[in-house]
Amino acid sequence: MLKLLYHIGRYFTLLKRVFSKPERWTVFLRQTVREVDKIGLSSILIVIIISIFMGAVCTIQMTANLANPIIPRYLIGLGTRETMLLEFSSTIVALILSGKVGGNIASELGTMKVTEQVDALEIMGVNSAEYLILPKIVASILFIPLLTVISMAVGIWGGYLAAFFTPGVTPHEFVIGITSYFQPYYVTYSIIKSGIFAFIISSISSYHGYFTNGGALDVGRSSTHAVVYSSIVVLLFNVILTKLML
Amino acid sequence: MIEVKHVFKEFSGHLVLNDICTDFEPGKTNLTIGQSGSGKTVLLKCIAGLHSVSKGDILYDGRSFSNMDEKQRKEIRKEMGMVFQGGALFDSNTVEENVMFPLEMFTNMSFEERRERANFCLKRVNITNANDKYPSEISGGMQKRVAIARAIALNPKYLYCDEPNSGLDPVTSIVIDNLIKEITIEYNITTIVNTHDMNSVMEIGDKIIFIYKGRKFWQGDSSGIFDSGIKELDDFVFASSRMKQLQKMYISGK
Repeated sequence: MLKLLYHIGRYFTLLKRVFSKPERWTVFLRQTVREVDKIGLSSILIVIIISIFMGAVCTIQMTANLANPIIPRYLIGLGTRETMLLEFSSTIVALILSGKVGGNIASELGTMKVTEQVDALEIMGVNSAEYLILPKIVASILFIPLLTVISMAVGIWGGYLAAFFTPGVTPHEFVIGITSYFQPYYVTYSIIKSGIFAFIISSISSYHGYFTNGGALDVGRSSTHAVVYSSIVVLLFNVILTKLML
Repeated sequence: MIEVKHVFKEFSGHLVLNDICTDFEPGKTNLTIGQSGSGKTVLLKCIAGLHSVSKGDILYDGRSFSNMDEKQRKEIRKEMGMVFQGGALFDSNTVEENVMFPLEMFTNMSFEERRERANFCLKRVNITNANDKYPSEISGGMQKRVAIARAIALNPKYLYCDEPNSGLDPVTSIVIDNLIKEITIEYNITTIVNTHDMNSVMEIGDKIIFIYKGRKFWQGDSSGIFDSGIKELDDFVFASSRMKQLQKMYISGK
């Protein structure tokens, strides 16, 4: 318990250093653009691939489970849309990104720490926490919600493809489903959730990377911790946000 | 001038530095020697402000580092340059970008001025035609020289080198040593070098401090190191039996 409190205290102390005025705005902007490329753009493909398959699987499973003459077929499209909007595109994509992005952030910062690059920044008078971590957090908060929106669109399209090739539901019925009873708030809810998840993933992974001590083994350990703890906190906040916002 | 006043440093109850007192003058190459684990790097990191001292004080030209607020520390850190054991060059930046980095962060120079200054510093450490290479693409000796170029880019008043010769062959080591010595004199820098390389001690040591198990056991210049009469220092300097024979020959020859 004491250890947990120690980590929470150190995490917030680090955040205080992270959220300070950048030394040079031009350098900060350039770093943020680099991070958008590393964190965001490089994740588009994996998000698209996973979302297509998940959308398709949702449709196929719903078709199998709702195979009943009294249940309208358009509900398959509606169900797929709601699944993608409410849960998959924000939470599941966040869990996938906590592995890809979180592991990457922790190993990058961890390697910089054990090779004394972080000390080199400090000795120059640079606030290493702000210089290294703030662009990652900003880039994540800016780009991960965008990935969520892409995931929603592509996932529903994946469902449509499944409807096209699956005998249980026609593409026409599927389209009726995805256009029925649409609540725009669900998109807002999902984007807000993914923004908060983006902060959780980037900050917790940065914390584990930044406080790495030792050598290569410890860098690996930090990456693992980053993925595990950011995933747990994402799931915890998923419950809290769902309770608060729906 | 840097003054180290009764500095103690402990990690989780383990005393690493025990009442270290000394001073480092400008324009001189000050060497800290001692076995691995004796506390040299911890002392250097305390002086550089990377570790806080448990007790005692470090004075920069009479100004107490411990009593400075973050802003004052930041200002003084801009006057420091450090060469780390592994070079600590930024992996994702090229050689030129590494040297330009402190200039970009702390000066209002234009890109061309920064590039000119970076090229001057690189030329000063005899690095040419490597500007666009990444640290992983150059040799260990070159990495150390680039690290020195980065450390002197802002014309520092204080230069710290943590085992600049580790992992280098004797010839490259001498080149690095001489470079440090030349730069120290040229810019009147207060230089502190951590080493356990006796070639460095004899080549560039204006003032030598011997640290043993966290305590300062001896200080002097390179001429006094062979007949200090301190067993721990003799054991360090004349580690091998062959060296011990040479010591006897040296003393009897005297």
